[in-house]
Amino acid sequence: MTYTIDALTKSLNVFHLAGSACNNCDIEILDALTPKYDLERFGITLVGSIRHADVLLLSGIFNRKATVRLKELLVQAPKPYLVIAIGGCPATGLMFRDSYNFEAPPSIPIDAFIPGCPPKPEAIISGVVTVIGALREGAIVPGCLQEPEANPQPAPEAVT
Amino acid sequence: MSKRTIVPIGPYHALQEEPEFFKLHVEGETVVHLDIELGYNHRGIEKLSESKDFEETVFLVERICGICSTSHPIACVQAVEDAGDICVPERALFIRSTVGELERIHSHLLWLGLAGHFLGFNTLWMWAWRFREDVLNILELVTGNRNHYGMMKPGGVRRDINDTDIPVIIKLLEGLKDPIAMFRDAVIEDPLVHARTRGIGVLTREKAIAYGALGPTARASGYDIDVRRDHPHAAYGMVDWDVITCGNGDVFDKAVVRILELFESIRIIEQCLNQLKTVTGPVDSDPRFVATGEGIGHYEAPRGEVFHYVRSDGSNRPVRHKVRAPSYMNVPTNRETVLGETIADATIILAAVDPCYCCTERMAVAVDSPGGRRLWGAQDLIRMSCEKTYELMDESGLRGPEPPPCAAAGQTRDSGR
Repeated sequence: MTYTIDALTKSLNVFHLAGSACNNCDIEILDALTPKYDLERFGITLVGSIRHADVLLLSGIFNRKATVRLKELLVQAPKPYLVIAIGGCPATGLMFRDSYNFEAPPSIPIDAFIPGCPPKPEAIISGVVTVIGALREGAIVPGCLQEPEANPQPAPEAVT
Repeated sequence: MSKRTIVPIGPYHALQEEPEFFKLHVEGETVVHLDIELGYNHRGIEKLSESKDFEETVFLVERICGICSTSHPIACVQAVEDAGDICVPERALFIRSTVGELERIHSHLLWLGLAGHFLGFNTLWMWAWRFREDVLNILELVTGNRNHYGMMKPGGVRRDINDTDIPVIIKLLEGLKDPIAMFRDAVIEDPLVHARTRGIGVLTREKAIAYGALGPTARASGYDIDVRRDHPHAAYGMVDWDVITCGNGDVFDKAVVRILELFESIRIIEQCLNQLKTVTGPVDSDPRFVATGEGIGHYEAPRGEVFHYVRSDGSNRPVRHKVRAPSYMNVPTNRETVLGETIADATIILAAVDPCYCCTERMAVAVDSPGGRRLWGAQDLIRMSCEKTYELMDESGLRGPEPPPCAAAGQTRDSGR
């Protein structure tokens, strides 16, 4: 485990970006911080700016207007960072895939997908624990540190 | 005139869960103008609905909003039932009201927590969300999921409530009464909450009517409107409950209306569950097709009246599906309430209507009815935007001597069509 990974995986500061989401994943993310689950025990906190964050949480599809902002945010993010996609929408677009306002996902290095509509707070915690464990064991490398060729994104199907 | 500054809140702001963009124009500490920019959340749901059949549509409208995720389906299935003359078994009506009121409790507790967060009263946030978990447990017991319940379908509900579950639900609800009474006291008797919310962001009754405000926003202004009573649907005509109203229209009254509604919701659920012990039978009339026609459905969501319109041509999918969500009417009232207040109070005033932007992001196109032409094309919107920018620059004295470059865009008004 390198020094960088060691520093990255302690006390995660999380920035939460709701794309064109239905709110549910966002609420479940906040729920994980409230007394029943209380992620702040582990030093995981929400921060107000991507410039302070270790982890970017994505939720919802990204429509034409939101995709532009997502790309801007990734430029501002301090490296190394993790990108975790919450729910089915950022992974596949679910039922919104056929919408006229759906933008095919930009090729961003997503480190973990947590499926569910919405995933339970337990699932979100489990996903974060899994990705941190894999990083520490060296099983995966943060997507933002990989070469673009080493991280091929499947070409999105044509959107009608 | 002192210098005017624009303070942006959003589109991705630490205070907000959802992407929306408020531009607060301030002079010193005072908000003098408010711009609301939407569109980050528009997903084209009305159009998508036309490509889904009537049962799939319910799942689609459920995902308009995760917090009102049973209000939209209830309004939608009522519209389909109205269009196709589908009857609903009585037991299903009680189950609909039960799930709807559970959702209202969780939504109001969620708002209460977030309002506490906006006031800097984070203890209230944590407490409210801790007891919200108990409501989600009941919902999980009843529907099988914490959010996005998937309970509604045209002609009834998908899942029955077991008789063995009813005592458990009643016991869990009993356990909620004390915490809600605690919240009532924490808000109504706390001098700090008074100082931050009393007389702040006042929406008068006349303005509430003029803006078409709905739900708790209107009821806090003394405008007695509740579609559960005015157009009884589901089981609301068969149970005993009261509409809560207050008179002042400030942020404090909006909080009080919501907290007192929690008690009414518990009353409704308890009566529905008691009725479920005696009203037996199927929960689904299992309609085979939807007749040609058009129908409307109302439901009083936690934020106000949700309205759905469905037109059917006898096939298995809607020809037109129109959604009107309550925040669409409530968000413009911010222009009335936030102007003249200080910027420190603006956050709680903007949050006091319990805005839900995923519900609000509907698109409208103005069409000239005789000719069928679009009245506003893309070029027109750009021109209007430029005009507004220059108007604001003129007001602040920022505009340079050169003419605006988009003056030419105004001349090509027809090119956008």
